[in-house]
Amino acid sequence: MGFLQIASVHKAYQTPEGPLVKALDDVSIEVRSNEFLTLLGPSGCGKTTLLNCIAGFEDLDGGDLILDGRSLRSVPAHRRPFNTVFQNYALFPHMTVNQNVGYGLDVARVTRAERDRRVAETLALVGLTGFGGRRPAQLSGGQQQRVALARSLVLKPKVLLLDEPLSALDRKMREAMQIELKSLQHSVGITFIFVTHDQEEALAMSDRIAVLANGKLQQLGTPTEIYDRPANEFVANFVGTSNLFTGKVVERNGPDLTIETANGRRLRAQSNRFGLGDRVRLVLRPEHLRIVGPQGGDADCIIGGRVVDAVFLGSVVQVHVDVGFGRTALLLHPHDRRNPQSDIAPGAEVRIAYAPNSAHLIMATGE
Amino acid sequence: MMGGTVRSRRRKALLLLLAPISLILGLFFLIPLGIVVVYSFLEPGLYGGVEWTWYPYNYGRILGWPLNAYEEFDPIYLAIFLNSLKFALLTVLFSLLICYPAAFWVSRMSQRRKSFVMFLITLPFFASLLIRIYAWLLLLRPTGFINTVLETLGVISQPLDMIFSGFAVVLGMVYIFTPFMFLPIYANVEKLDYQLLRASRDLGASPLDTFLRVILPLTAPGIMAGSIIVFIPALGNFIVPSFLGGSKVQMTGNLIERAFLQSRDWPFGAALALLIMASVLLVLMLYIMRSAPAHERGAT
Repeated sequence: MGFLQIASVHKAYQTPEGPLVKALDDVSIEVRSNEFLTLLGPSGCGKTTLLNCIAGFEDLDGGDLILDGRSLRSVPAHRRPFNTVFQNYALFPHMTVNQNVGYGLDVARVTRAERDRRVAETLALVGLTGFGGRRPAQLSGGQQQRVALARSLVLKPKVLLLDEPLSALDRKMREAMQIELKSLQHSVGITFIFVTHDQEEALAMSDRIAVLANGKLQQLGTPTEIYDRPANEFVANFVGTSNLFTGKVVERNGPDLTIETANGRRLRAQSNRFGLGDRVRLVLRPEHLRIVGPQGGDADCIIGGRVVDAVFLGSVVQVHVDVGFGRTALLLHPHDRRNPQSDIAPGAEVRIAYAPNSAHLIMATGE
Repeated sequence: MMGGTVRSRRRKALLLLLAPISLILGLFFLIPLGIVVVYSFLEPGLYGGVEWTWYPYNYGRILGWPLNAYEEFDPIYLAIFLNSLKFALLTVLFSLLICYPAAFWVSRMSQRRKSFVMFLITLPFFASLLIRIYAWLLLLRPTGFINTVLETLGVISQPLDMIFSGFAVVLGMVYIFTPFMFLPIYANVEKLDYQLLRASRDLGASPLDTFLRVILPLTAPGIMAGSIIVFIPALGNFIVPSFLGGSKVQMTGNLIERAFLQSRDWPFGAALALLIMASVLLVLMLYIMRSAPAHERGAT
């Protein structure tokens, strides 16, 4: 299935202060053919290091990269069938757009006619027909981005590596490029490995997401898997926002569990993976919480509290609720212009309800 | 005219600011240069000075035309000029070969070490040029340091004939002008974005392709600037050839010196000086013509 295997890759750096930092610690990913795979994580998590290792700019300390059954460890960067779109594009400033895009074909000694044909074809693909004679300095950021894409795609790589290519663009342009990149990936049928620290970008574009932190792979899955069933606390907090409640399973009735927190609060959830006595963490997404009237809801799915702040975001209102014991819960309340929201004004006493099957359980670590 | 517009006031301020430099350049550069041009077309006086008669033969003499019936066509001065060109170009070539790799090496150093290297490069300027050239004389002569060491070690049985040769002259000029080559190249190499080299490798280019297609074109402005800054003073140089070239190696600079100070043939010296100026101007014009379009193209 995986045509590019990232097999327990290790990479460490010597910091100037002395200690060795593990940039990649036993990372294994089976990259599928024609998929849009995103490496997601905060800065310093190892995602760019992994990309550089795949591109061949850095050597592995351990593990292997296997493409179609052959190891890439001894293959230098310029011989690997991968191309990279760099964060700052790295376009050659002394060359025109045509020369930039044709560069890889020129050094591969492709015939003039073939080169010109493929350059024109690829420029058309990224919507830059007619820009061939310009220099990078005469292009906007978005156009430079397209040139960088064309320069890589013209070589028809087996894998296209993208190192935070959208981070230099403004928000509107970035959102437009997200959609365009995704459809481009579909039309060219090339595997994309995309690096980003922006979780919304990752959710919007990817077939699968690999979440990295501290050099370790935290979770690998589809965007919905990652969002709905985060594997651990890091993923739950990094991808989207989560309300976390830690406790012990005190009652079990089939998949129905009751969890009691250290403060004596009892909360219900459903899971087959945990049994009596397990210490677990309840993950509740803000959009799964709703404010109910004094009577509604099942007592074990209700959290009482007082509104601290209500932030109007347009279609929703983000409500911060003090739920006691120094904890604040976050929920999203739909905005309705016909109904002024006096009941969520700061200071208001509210009851928050959730459906037991909307709560996701993860193993509690620490504490 | 009371007060005047902003533009006219700006113009007045500009004139005032430019007045000192214009005055100095006019008095001490343009007027003397005019005198040199005029003198180069006058007849040399019998006991020095000039006769105020039209006399284009100074230039003819450089090209080798006989001045009177007793002389024959002899392009000796032209040969010396071409020789000077050769020495100047060799100086450019060797200082380039030294400085280009060194600039890359230094550009990858830490900030502290870079500053230290910069200090080392300016260090020779603390000592007088004459002393430094004279030191080479002591190093290169038959009983000098290099020959003594090599003979003691048994590498050679007879002293090498190094002093008073083209080799010594080029060596001396490379030694003097290397910092002038290094600084513009370094300033250019320092700006080079190493990500571009990575991009080139990523696109399948071999190291040689990367050098020829990316590194060389992007550092060409520094190479050009350094070469010109070295070429100009090297072409007219007379200190190095007079110390290290002796009577065997002549450059046009020595001819000019001799024409003015020894044979007191000012018009001929003026003509030779203008020949050097003309060749320098020609090189500068070629440089400007070549680099101007690159600038318009937006290349950095």
